[in-house]
Amino acid sequence: MTALTRWIRRNLVVIAGLGTLAYLILPNVVVLVFSFNKPNGRFNYQWQRFSTDAWTDPCGVADLCGSLSLSLKIAVWATIGATVLGTMIAFALARYRFRARPAVNSLIFLPMAMPEVVMAASLATLFLNMGVDFGFWTILIAHIMFCLSFVVTAVKARVMSMDPRLEQAAQDLYASPAQTFVRVTLPIAAPGIAAGALLSFALSFDDFIITNFNAGSTVTFPMFVWGSAQRGTPVQINVIGTAMFAVAVLCVLVGQLAGARRKRS
Amino acid sequence: MTQPSSGGDVRLDRISKTYGSFTAVHPLDLHIPAGSFFALLGASGCGKTTTLRMIAGLEEPTTGTVRLAGKDITDLPPYKRPVNTVFQSYALFPHLDVYENVAFGLRRRGVTSVKKRVEEMLELVQLGDFARRRPQRLSGGQQQRVAVARALINHPQVLLLDEPLGALDLKLRRQMQLELGRIQAEVGITFVHVTHDQEEAMTMADTVAVMNGGRVEQLGAPADLYENPGTTFVANFLGTSNLIEAEITDKSGGDLVLTTAGGRLALPAGRCSAPVRTGGKLLVGVRPEKITLSHAEDAGTVPEGRNRISGRIAESSFLGVSTQYVVTAPGCPEFAVYEQNIERDPRLVPGAEVVLHWNPAHTFGLDAAQNIDAGTERDEEAV
Repeated sequence: MTALTRWIRRNLVVIAGLGTLAYLILPNVVVLVFSFNKPNGRFNYQWQRFSTDAWTDPCGVADLCGSLSLSLKIAVWATIGATVLGTMIAFALARYRFRARPAVNSLIFLPMAMPEVVMAASLATLFLNMGVDFGFWTILIAHIMFCLSFVVTAVKARVMSMDPRLEQAAQDLYASPAQTFVRVTLPIAAPGIAAGALLSFALSFDDFIITNFNAGSTVTFPMFVWGSAQRGTPVQINVIGTAMFAVAVLCVLVGQLAGARRKRS
Repeated sequence: MTQPSSGGDVRLDRISKTYGSFTAVHPLDLHIPAGSFFALLGASGCGKTTTLRMIAGLEEPTTGTVRLAGKDITDLPPYKRPVNTVFQSYALFPHLDVYENVAFGLRRRGVTSVKKRVEEMLELVQLGDFARRRPQRLSGGQQQRVAVARALINHPQVLLLDEPLGALDLKLRRQMQLELGRIQAEVGITFVHVTHDQEEAMTMADTVAVMNGGRVEQLGAPADLYENPGTTFVANFLGTSNLIEAEITDKSGGDLVLTTAGGRLALPAGRCSAPVRTGGKLLVGVRPEKITLSHAEDAGTVPEGRNRISGRIAESSFLGVSTQYVVTAPGCPEFAVYEQNIERDPRLVPGAEVVLHWNPAHTFGLDAAQNIDAGTERDEEAV
């Protein structure tokens, strides 16, 4: 008994870590397992028997792949837009003293703090009043807006912690202001920019509430999943979900490997 | 070195820098001869770094001009000046390895074949095996050498060093002082070195400008500054000085005869930087190591013609090669005396009555209208 308690005490951190990991991973495991299910009827809620039908025909459900490609397209453009704008805002806030700086500094957090459904509804009202047609562009504008704050936060932290002497050193070593930015400032800020971009992509890709309010008749992937859940859940949704999870894990692994190699050199 | 480089001289004319109502550097004239090792010495906040940054172009002077080898470079941006800087804490690029850090300046100037020069430079600073390391993985001394190599590879006309040894421990600092001196002698580039460490300035530089409150207090060779300080700040900041208030009572030959609370002292007229007027006030100074300490019982054996003051030993600390005494004397409650431990007199212990005596030629006279303690708070001010 004392041996067991000693063992538990010694490995408590590991046990807690594995427990947390299980808690985080379990839903994904369920999604993965049920992507190999062959349900009776329309709902994929009960395990029946193993099948790879859904994996061999991921676009077998009407409109699924169309909504998926639309979501990917929006996520890519929202990421580009939010990253470029957010990086510029972050540099402005970190580097320059201007009159509106304190206001911008706190307002930039609003999209993160505000309930999404409130933002969604008021944005829809705004578009309606302006007479804008709902669709791809309204969704993109909305996504860039809520991704911006995350990019600004990530990049600003990086820029603030950068030693200003590094840029002075570059100038001292014959780099013009443009060269200094490209050769020194940008590479050093890159991890922050990359973090902001990844976050933007993930947020944009799986946003449902704001998109639903501002999409009109356009259907993104999360909206498709929501809509089909009313009438039955095709197994293909699990296939797409599992594939997304695998891609995300791959990205993280590649990032960590690159980081480890950088540290070793 | 890959090719001989020659330094240029730097001339600052009425250069000044103000930030709002704060004046960092008062209008300043300074000439730094080509090929010299020049030190700007002072406590933090004295304007020495600002002066250096104005030469580098990283700070725009409020007034005045900067000339390099006769050419006015006041309006040139830093990347167009043939000047390179070794920054405080080095400012090495963390995203580049040692090789690319050193090659940075060459590449920006469009030099395509950098390999040979970078390798030679890394050999010079003994970092050939570390070319592919990131700077974060180097020790402080190695980072410092990368910073020097990164600047020197460009063959600047002037190399600016901003407290380059401040982050190193004492032993490494001594080693790098010698190293930098060797490199300077080898490449012949003009070095301008900013430091708050008076020993560092005196060891390395051939000319030292002592700065205080945005002004140059005194400029000269280290030995000259040490032996003939012109102000109380220089007297106290460079080493230690004993300063006593005195009044000029007479002149005899080339000497001034002074009256102090401790008796009469002689001062060669040429060693007095203050206006001489009978009845005028002076601060008379002497360095602690110039003084001989004799027990009061031996007062008769002190040769004639030496300056002498009587006192009582308050403290003594044995330092191996020398013993430092603090003597309480009239007019100077804490008279510092350093004695070499050659023949130690066992009677020289705290409480003993002693006679302090020294060659009048080692006495110096300063203007009495100054703060007698200026420059003594060095360690608190320095970062």
